[in-house]
Amino acid sequence: MSRPAPRKPEYHKINKDLFVLTYGALVAQLCKDYEKDEDVNTYLDKMGYGIGTRLVEDFLARSCVGRCHSYSEITDIIAQVAFKMYLGITPSVTCNNSSRNEFSLILDKNPLVEFVEELPAGRSSLCYCNLLCGIIRGALEMVHLAADVTFLQDRLRGDSVTEIGITFLKKLDEKKYRRKK
Amino acid sequence: MAIFSVYVVNKAGGLIYQLDSYAPRAEAEKTFSYPLDLLLKLHDERVLVAFGQRDGIRVGHAVLAINGKDVNGKYTADGKEVLEYLGNPANYPVSVRFGRPRLTSNEKLMLASMFHSLFAIGSQLSPEQGSSGIEVLETDTFKLHCFQTLTGIKFVVLADPRQAGIDSLLRKIYEIYSDFALKNPFYSLEMPIRCELFDQNLKLALEVAEKAGTFGPGS
Repeated sequence: MSRPAPRKPEYHKINKDLFVLTYGALVAQLCKDYEKDEDVNTYLDKMGYGIGTRLVEDFLARSCVGRCHSYSEITDIIAQVAFKMYLGITPSVTCNNSSRNEFSLILDKNPLVEFVEELPAGRSSLCYCNLLCGIIRGALEMVHLAADVTFLQDRLRGDSVTEIGITFLKKLDEKKYRRKK
Repeated sequence: MAIFSVYVVNKAGGLIYQLDSYAPRAEAEKTFSYPLDLLLKLHDERVLVAFGQRDGIRVGHAVLAINGKDVNGKYTADGKEVLEYLGNPANYPVSVRFGRPRLTSNEKLMLASMFHSLFAIGSQLSPEQGSSGIEVLETDTFKLHCFQTLTGIKFVVLADPRQAGIDSLLRKIYEIYSDFALKNPFYSLEMPIRCELFDQNLKLALEVAEKAGTFGPGS
Protein backbone atom coordinates (compact mmCIF):
# COMPACT_ATOMS: atom_id res chain seq x y z
CA MET A 1 0.00 0.00 0.00
CA SER A 2 1.71 3.17 -1.09
CA ARG A 3 -0.62 5.55 0.70
CA PRO A 4 -1.58 5.32 4.39
CA ALA A 5 -5.28 4.70 4.95
CA PRO A 6 -7.19 7.87 5.88
CA ARG A 7 -7.70 8.25 9.59
CA LYS A 8 -11.18 7.76 10.93
CA PRO A 9 -12.50 11.30 11.44
CA GLU A 10 -13.57 12.10 14.96
CA TYR A 11 -16.85 13.74 14.07
CA HIS A 12 -19.20 14.61 16.85
CA LYS A 13 -22.57 13.16 15.94
CA ILE A 14 -25.04 15.92 15.29
CA ASN A 15 -28.65 15.47 14.31
CA LYS A 16 -28.98 15.63 10.54
CA ASP A 17 -32.47 17.10 10.89
CA LEU A 18 -31.02 20.11 12.69
CA PHE A 19 -28.68 20.70 9.77
CA VAL A 20 -31.42 20.27 7.18
CA LEU A 21 -33.74 22.59 9.11
CA THR A 22 -30.98 25.19 9.50
CA TYR A 23 -30.41 25.16 5.77
CA GLY A 24 -34.14 25.45 5.16
CA ALA A 25 -34.38 28.40 7.53
CA LEU A 26 -31.49 30.06 5.70
CA VAL A 27 -33.16 29.72 2.30
CA ALA A 28 -36.51 30.81 3.68
CA GLN A 29 -34.99 33.96 5.20
CA LEU A 30 -33.18 34.77 1.97
CA CYS A 31 -36.47 34.42 0.13
CA LYS A 32 -38.01 36.94 2.53
CA ASP A 33 -35.09 39.32 2.12
CA TYR A 34 -34.81 39.24 -1.67
CA GLU A 35 -37.68 39.34 -4.13
CA LYS A 36 -35.89 38.08 -7.19
CA ASP A 37 -34.94 34.41 -7.48
CA GLU A 38 -31.66 35.31 -9.17
CA ASP A 39 -30.64 37.34 -6.12
CA VAL A 40 -31.35 34.48 -3.76
CA ASN A 41 -29.44 32.12 -6.01
CA THR A 42 -26.51 34.54 -6.21
CA TYR A 43 -26.30 34.92 -2.46
CA LEU A 44 -26.54 31.22 -1.86
CA ASP A 45 -23.70 30.77 -4.34
CA LYS A 46 -21.62 33.45 -2.61
CA MET A 47 -22.13 31.88 0.78
CA GLY A 48 -21.25 28.51 -0.65
CA TYR A 49 -18.10 29.99 -2.15
CA GLY A 50 -16.93 31.16 1.26
CA ILE A 51 -17.66 27.74 2.72
CA GLY A 52 -15.95 25.94 -0.16
CA THR A 53 -12.69 27.87 0.18
CA ARG A 54 -12.41 26.67 3.77
CA LEU A 55 -13.93 23.24 3.44
CA VAL A 56 -11.45 22.20 0.77
CA GLU A 57 -8.56 22.26 3.26
CA ASP A 58 -10.50 20.15 5.71
CA PHE A 59 -11.31 17.74 2.89
CA LEU A 60 -7.69 17.54 1.69
CA ALA A 61 -6.39 17.16 5.23
CA ARG A 62 -8.70 14.29 6.07
CA SER A 63 -9.00 12.41 2.84
CA CYS A 64 -5.34 12.08 1.78
CA VAL A 65 -6.20 12.40 -1.92
CA GLY A 66 -3.19 13.08 -4.08
CA ARG A 67 -2.83 15.52 -6.92
CA CYS A 68 -5.29 14.85 -9.75
CA HIS A 69 -4.20 14.90 -13.33
CA SER A 70 -7.45 15.15 -15.25
CA TYR A 71 -10.84 16.80 -14.94
CA SER A 72 -12.62 13.45 -14.88
CA GLU A 73 -10.44 12.34 -11.96
CA ILE A 74 -11.35 15.50 -10.11
CA THR A 75 -15.06 15.06 -10.73
CA ASP A 76 -14.87 11.45 -9.60
CA ILE A 77 -13.20 12.48 -6.38
CA ILE A 78 -15.80 15.19 -5.76
CA ALA A 79 -18.60 12.70 -6.26
CA GLN A 80 -17.20 9.65 -4.56
CA VAL A 81 -15.11 11.06 -1.74
CA ALA A 82 -16.25 14.59 -0.97
CA PHE A 83 -19.99 14.15 -1.29
CA LYS A 84 -19.74 10.91 0.66
CA MET A 85 -17.73 12.55 3.42
CA TYR A 86 -19.94 15.56 3.90
CA LEU A 87 -23.45 14.58 2.80
CA GLY A 88 -23.32 10.82 2.89
CA ILE A 89 -24.43 10.44 -0.73
CA THR A 90 -22.57 9.36 -3.84
CA PRO A 91 -23.79 11.07 -6.99
CA SER A 92 -23.01 9.43 -10.31
CA VAL A 93 -20.74 11.17 -12.78
CA THR A 94 -21.29 11.61 -16.49
CA CYS A 95 -19.21 13.48 -19.00
CA ASN A 96 -21.16 15.81 -21.18
CA ASN A 97 -18.92 16.77 -24.00
CA SER A 98 -16.12 15.42 -26.09
CA SER A 99 -13.54 17.96 -24.97
CA ARG A 100 -13.87 16.41 -21.51
CA ASN A 101 -14.32 19.59 -19.56
CA GLU A 102 -18.05 19.47 -18.85
CA PHE A 103 -19.34 16.98 -16.32
CA SER A 104 -22.58 16.26 -14.52
CA LEU A 105 -23.24 14.94 -11.08
CA ILE A 106 -26.58 13.18 -10.86
CA LEU A 107 -27.91 13.20 -7.31
CA ASP A 108 -30.58 10.58 -6.72
CA LYS A 109 -30.84 11.36 -3.03
CA ASN A 110 -30.35 14.83 -1.59
CA PRO A 111 -30.58 15.13 2.20
CA LEU A 112 -30.98 18.91 2.03
CA VAL A 113 -34.40 18.67 0.33
CA GLU A 114 -35.76 15.88 2.49
CA PHE A 115 -38.52 18.01 3.94
CA VAL A 116 -39.21 20.22 0.95
CA GLU A 117 -42.20 19.22 -1.14
CA GLU A 118 -42.16 21.88 -3.79
CA LEU A 119 -40.98 25.40 -4.32
CA PRO A 120 -43.39 28.14 -3.23
CA ALA A 121 -45.49 29.82 -5.87
CA GLY A 122 -43.63 32.60 -7.60
CA ARG A 123 -40.25 31.03 -6.82
CA SER A 124 -40.09 28.75 -9.77
CA SER A 125 -36.49 29.48 -10.73
CA LEU A 126 -35.07 29.21 -7.22
CA CYS A 127 -32.13 26.83 -6.95
CA TYR A 128 -32.74 25.54 -3.45
CA CYS A 129 -29.37 23.83 -3.10
CA ASN A 130 -27.33 26.50 -4.79
CA LEU A 131 -25.08 26.55 -1.74
CA LEU A 132 -23.64 23.27 -3.00
CA CYS A 133 -22.72 24.88 -6.32
CA GLY A 134 -20.92 27.67 -4.51
CA ILE A 135 -19.09 25.19 -2.31
CA ILE A 136 -17.81 23.22 -5.29
CA ARG A 137 -16.80 26.40 -7.11
CA GLY A 138 -14.95 27.78 -4.06
CA ALA A 139 -13.19 24.51 -3.39
CA LEU A 140 -12.02 24.16 -6.99
CA GLU A 141 -10.75 27.71 -7.05
CA MET A 142 -8.52 27.05 -4.04
CA VAL A 143 -6.81 24.28 -5.95
CA HIS A 144 -6.31 26.63 -8.89
CA LEU A 145 -9.15 25.44 -11.12
CA ALA A 146 -11.78 27.86 -12.36
CA ALA A 147 -15.15 26.23 -12.91
CA ASP A 148 -18.75 27.11 -13.58
CA VAL A 149 -21.06 25.11 -11.38
CA THR A 150 -24.82 25.28 -11.80
CA PHE A 151 -27.93 23.22 -11.43
CA LEU A 152 -28.81 21.84 -14.84
CA GLN A 153 -31.87 20.00 -13.63
CA ASP A 154 -33.66 20.11 -10.30
CA ARG A 155 -36.39 17.78 -9.07
CA LEU A 156 -37.91 20.63 -7.09
CA ARG A 157 -38.46 22.54 -10.30
CA GLY A 158 -40.19 19.66 -11.95
CA ASP A 159 -37.33 17.92 -13.72
CA SER A 160 -36.89 14.19 -13.41
CA VAL A 161 -33.49 14.21 -11.71
CA THR A 162 -31.28 16.63 -9.83
CA GLU A 163 -28.20 17.36 -11.89
CA ILE A 164 -25.26 19.60 -11.03
CA GLY A 165 -23.17 20.64 -14.02
CA ILE A 166 -19.48 21.43 -13.62
CA THR A 167 -17.76 23.17 -16.52
CA PHE A 168 -14.03 23.48 -16.08
CA LEU A 169 -12.64 26.73 -17.44
CA LYS A 170 -9.02 27.72 -17.88
CA LYS A 171 -6.64 26.49 -15.15
CA LEU A 172 -5.85 29.41 -12.83
CA ASP A 173 -2.27 30.61 -12.77
CA GLU A 174 -0.65 29.23 -9.63
CA LYS A 175 2.25 31.60 -10.00
CA LYS A 176 0.17 34.76 -9.93
CA TYR A 177 0.58 35.03 -6.16
CA ARG A 178 4.31 35.58 -6.41
CA ARG A 179 3.92 38.72 -8.48
CA LYS A 180 1.87 40.42 -5.79
CA LYS A 181 4.85 40.70 -3.37
CA MET B 1 14.88 15.08 20.49
CA ALA B 2 13.02 18.28 20.02
CA ILE B 3 10.93 20.31 17.67
CA PHE B 4 12.29 23.82 17.45
CA SER B 5 9.83 25.86 15.41
CA VAL B 6 6.76 25.79 13.25
CA TYR B 7 6.15 28.25 10.42
CA VAL B 8 3.01 28.52 8.29
CA VAL B 9 3.45 30.34 4.98
CA ASN B 10 0.54 31.44 2.83
CA LYS B 11 0.26 31.24 -0.94
CA ALA B 12 1.91 34.60 -1.55
CA GLY B 13 4.93 33.71 0.57
CA GLY B 14 3.89 35.70 3.63
CA LEU B 15 4.38 34.25 7.08
CA ILE B 16 0.99 33.81 8.75
CA TYR B 17 1.98 31.88 11.83
CA GLN B 18 5.15 31.22 13.76
CA LEU B 19 5.88 29.29 16.93
CA ASP B 20 9.24 28.80 18.64
CA SER B 21 9.57 26.08 21.19
CA TYR B 22 13.26 25.92 21.83
CA ALA B 23 14.54 24.26 24.94
CA PRO B 24 16.00 26.87 27.34
CA ARG B 25 18.84 28.31 25.37
CA ALA B 26 22.38 28.44 26.60
CA GLU B 27 22.91 31.83 28.18
CA ALA B 28 25.80 32.91 30.28
CA GLU B 29 25.92 35.85 32.65
CA LYS B 30 29.28 36.91 34.00
CA THR B 31 30.75 39.79 35.91
CA PHE B 32 33.71 41.40 34.26
CA SER B 33 36.37 43.83 35.27
CA TYR B 34 38.16 46.23 32.96
CA PRO B 35 39.48 45.48 30.40
CA LEU B 36 36.97 43.13 28.82
CA ASP B 37 38.89 40.15 27.45
CA LEU B 38 36.30 39.39 24.78
CA LEU B 39 36.45 41.04 21.41
CA LEU B 40 33.04 42.50 20.59
CA LYS B 41 31.88 43.80 17.24
CA LEU B 42 28.77 45.46 15.92
CA HIS B 43 26.90 43.40 13.38
CA ASP B 44 23.40 43.89 12.00
CA GLU B 45 22.26 46.15 14.82
CA ARG B 46 23.53 43.74 17.48
CA VAL B 47 26.70 43.49 19.51
CA LEU B 48 28.26 40.07 18.93
CA VAL B 49 31.24 38.25 20.37
CA ALA B 50 33.87 38.08 17.60
CA PHE B 51 36.65 36.34 19.50
CA GLY B 52 37.66 35.27 22.97
CA GLN B 53 35.36 32.33 23.54
CA ARG B 54 35.36 31.10 27.13
CA ASP B 55 33.18 29.79 29.92
CA GLY B 56 30.05 29.16 27.90
CA ILE B 57 30.31 32.41 25.99
CA ARG B 58 30.69 31.39 22.37
CA VAL B 59 31.67 33.31 19.27
CA GLY B 60 28.47 34.59 17.69
CA HIS B 61 26.66 35.12 20.96
CA ALA B 62 25.07 38.50 21.34
CA VAL B 63 24.98 40.83 24.31
CA LEU B 64 21.52 40.28 25.74
CA ALA B 65 21.61 42.30 28.94
CA ILE B 66 23.91 44.58 30.90
CA ASN B 67 23.61 44.68 34.68
CA GLY B 68 20.33 42.82 34.46
CA LYS B 69 18.68 45.24 32.06
CA ASP B 70 17.97 43.97 28.54
CA VAL B 71 19.80 45.79 25.77
CA ASN B 72 17.94 47.19 22.83
CA GLY B 73 19.95 46.14 19.78
CA LYS B 74 23.18 48.09 20.00
CA TYR B 75 21.92 50.48 22.70
CA THR B 76 21.61 49.81 26.40
CA ALA B 77 18.29 50.24 28.16
CA ASP B 78 19.33 53.85 28.99
CA GLY B 79 20.05 54.68 25.36
CA LYS B 80 23.84 54.62 25.49
CA GLU B 81 25.81 52.67 22.92
CA VAL B 82 26.84 49.28 24.25
CA LEU B 83 30.35 49.30 22.81
CA GLU B 84 31.01 52.76 24.21
CA TYR B 85 29.64 51.76 27.58
CA LEU B 86 31.83 48.68 27.76
CA GLY B 87 34.87 50.63 26.60
CA ASN B 88 34.65 53.03 29.54
CA PRO B 89 36.60 51.75 32.60
CA ALA B 90 34.38 53.84 34.90
CA ASN B 91 31.43 51.51 34.30
CA TYR B 92 33.21 48.43 35.61
CA PRO B 93 32.72 45.96 37.25
CA VAL B 94 29.79 45.13 34.98
CA SER B 95 27.64 42.05 34.66
CA VAL B 96 26.87 41.08 31.07
CA ARG B 97 24.59 38.35 29.81
CA PHE B 98 25.49 36.67 26.53
CA GLY B 99 23.43 34.26 24.54
CA ARG B 100 22.40 33.17 21.09
CA PRO B 101 20.51 36.07 19.49
CA ARG B 102 16.86 35.38 18.73
CA LEU B 103 15.48 36.19 15.31
CA THR B 104 13.26 39.26 15.28
CA SER B 105 9.81 38.91 13.75
CA ASN B 106 10.85 40.95 10.72
CA GLU B 107 13.73 38.62 10.11
CA LYS B 108 11.40 35.65 10.35
CA LEU B 109 9.03 37.22 7.81
CA MET B 110 11.90 37.80 5.45
CA LEU B 111 13.29 34.30 5.86
CA ALA B 112 9.86 32.77 5.27
CA SER B 113 9.43 34.67 1.99
CA MET B 114 12.91 33.67 0.97
CA PHE B 115 12.14 30.06 1.69
CA HIS B 116 8.94 30.36 -0.34
CA SER B 117 11.00 31.47 -3.35
CA LEU B 118 13.60 28.78 -2.85
CA PHE B 119 10.85 26.21 -2.60
CA ALA B 120 9.61 27.23 -6.03
CA ILE B 121 13.12 27.23 -7.47
CA GLY B 122 13.56 23.72 -6.10
CA SER B 123 10.67 22.42 -8.16
CA GLN B 124 11.82 24.26 -11.26
CA LEU B 125 15.35 22.88 -11.05
CA SER B 126 14.06 19.36 -11.17
CA PRO B 127 14.95 17.29 -14.23
CA GLU B 128 11.56 15.59 -13.96
CA GLN B 129 8.24 17.20 -14.84
CA GLY B 130 5.90 18.06 -11.99
CA SER B 131 8.32 17.73 -9.13
CA SER B 132 7.43 18.89 -5.66
CA GLY B 133 9.33 21.73 -4.05
CA ILE B 134 11.89 21.42 -1.24
CA GLU B 135 10.71 18.78 1.20
CA VAL B 136 13.64 18.45 3.59
CA LEU B 137 16.54 20.77 4.25
CA GLU B 138 19.22 19.26 6.43
CA THR B 139 22.02 20.88 8.38
CA ASP B 140 24.16 19.48 11.15
CA THR B 141 22.06 21.03 13.91
CA PHE B 142 18.52 20.81 12.56
CA LYS B 143 16.33 19.43 9.82
CA LEU B 144 13.69 21.57 8.12
CA HIS B 145 10.63 19.72 6.87
CA CYS B 146 8.20 21.39 4.52
CA PHE B 147 4.78 20.24 3.44
CA GLN B 148 2.90 22.14 0.76
CA THR B 149 -0.82 21.49 0.51
CA LEU B 150 -2.61 21.28 -2.82
CA THR B 151 -3.94 24.76 -2.12
CA GLY B 152 -0.48 26.28 -1.79
CA ILE B 153 -0.15 26.72 1.98
CA LYS B 154 3.19 25.58 3.34
CA PHE B 155 3.77 24.11 6.77
CA VAL B 156 7.41 24.22 7.82
CA VAL B 157 8.75 22.43 10.89
CA LEU B 158 12.30 22.77 12.16
CA ALA B 159 13.32 19.83 14.31
CA ASP B 160 16.25 17.92 15.67
CA PRO B 161 17.77 15.77 12.89
CA ARG B 162 17.08 12.60 14.87
CA GLN B 163 13.40 13.38 15.45
CA ALA B 164 11.15 10.93 13.61
CA GLY B 165 7.52 11.22 12.64
CA ILE B 166 7.63 14.77 11.30
CA ASP B 167 5.63 13.81 8.21
CA SER B 168 2.69 12.74 10.34
CA LEU B 169 3.17 15.84 12.45
CA LEU B 170 2.91 18.03 9.34
CA ARG B 171 -0.33 16.29 8.33
CA LYS B 172 -1.62 16.75 11.87
CA ILE B 173 -0.78 20.45 11.77
CA TYR B 174 -2.69 20.67 8.47
CA GLU B 175 -5.72 19.16 10.17
CA ILE B 176 -5.43 21.51 13.14
CA TYR B 177 -5.18 24.43 10.70
CA SER B 178 -8.26 23.31 8.81
CA ASP B 179 -10.17 22.83 12.07
CA PHE B 180 -9.27 25.76 14.27
CA ALA B 181 -8.12 28.44 11.87
CA LEU B 182 -10.29 27.89 8.83
CA LYS B 183 -13.50 26.95 10.54
CA ASN B 184 -13.33 30.07 12.68
CA PRO B 185 -15.80 32.28 10.80
CA PHE B 186 -13.94 35.43 11.78
CA TYR B 187 -10.62 34.32 10.41
CA SER B 188 -9.87 35.68 6.92
CA LEU B 189 -7.91 33.45 4.61
CA GLU B 190 -4.25 34.26 4.02
CA MET B 191 -4.14 36.57 7.05
CA PRO B 192 -1.98 36.03 10.16
CA ILE B 193 -3.51 33.35 12.35
CA ARG B 194 -4.50 34.71 15.75
CA CYS B 195 -6.65 31.90 17.07
CA GLU B 196 -6.19 30.68 20.64
CA LEU B 197 -7.53 27.23 19.87
CA PHE B 198 -5.07 26.83 17.02
CA ASP B 199 -2.16 27.74 19.36
CA GLN B 200 -3.29 25.37 22.07
CA ASN B 201 -3.90 22.43 19.82
CA LEU B 202 -0.67 22.97 17.94
CA LYS B 203 1.35 22.99 21.16
CA LEU B 204 -0.40 19.83 22.22
CA ALA B 205 0.41 18.16 18.92
CA LEU B 206 4.07 19.18 19.23
CA GLU B 207 4.26 17.73 22.73
CA VAL B 208 2.73 14.46 21.58
CA ALA B 209 5.09 14.26 18.62
CA GLU B 210 8.13 14.88 20.77
CA LYS B 211 7.16 12.27 23.31
CA ALA B 212 6.06 9.65 20.86
CA GLY B 213 8.89 10.17 18.46
CA THR B 214 6.49 9.09 15.78
CA PHE B 215 2.77 9.25 15.08
CA GLY B 216 1.19 5.87 14.56
CA PRO B 217 -1.86 5.36 12.33
CA GLY B 218 -5.17 5.95 14.00
CA SER B 219 -3.72 8.21 16.72
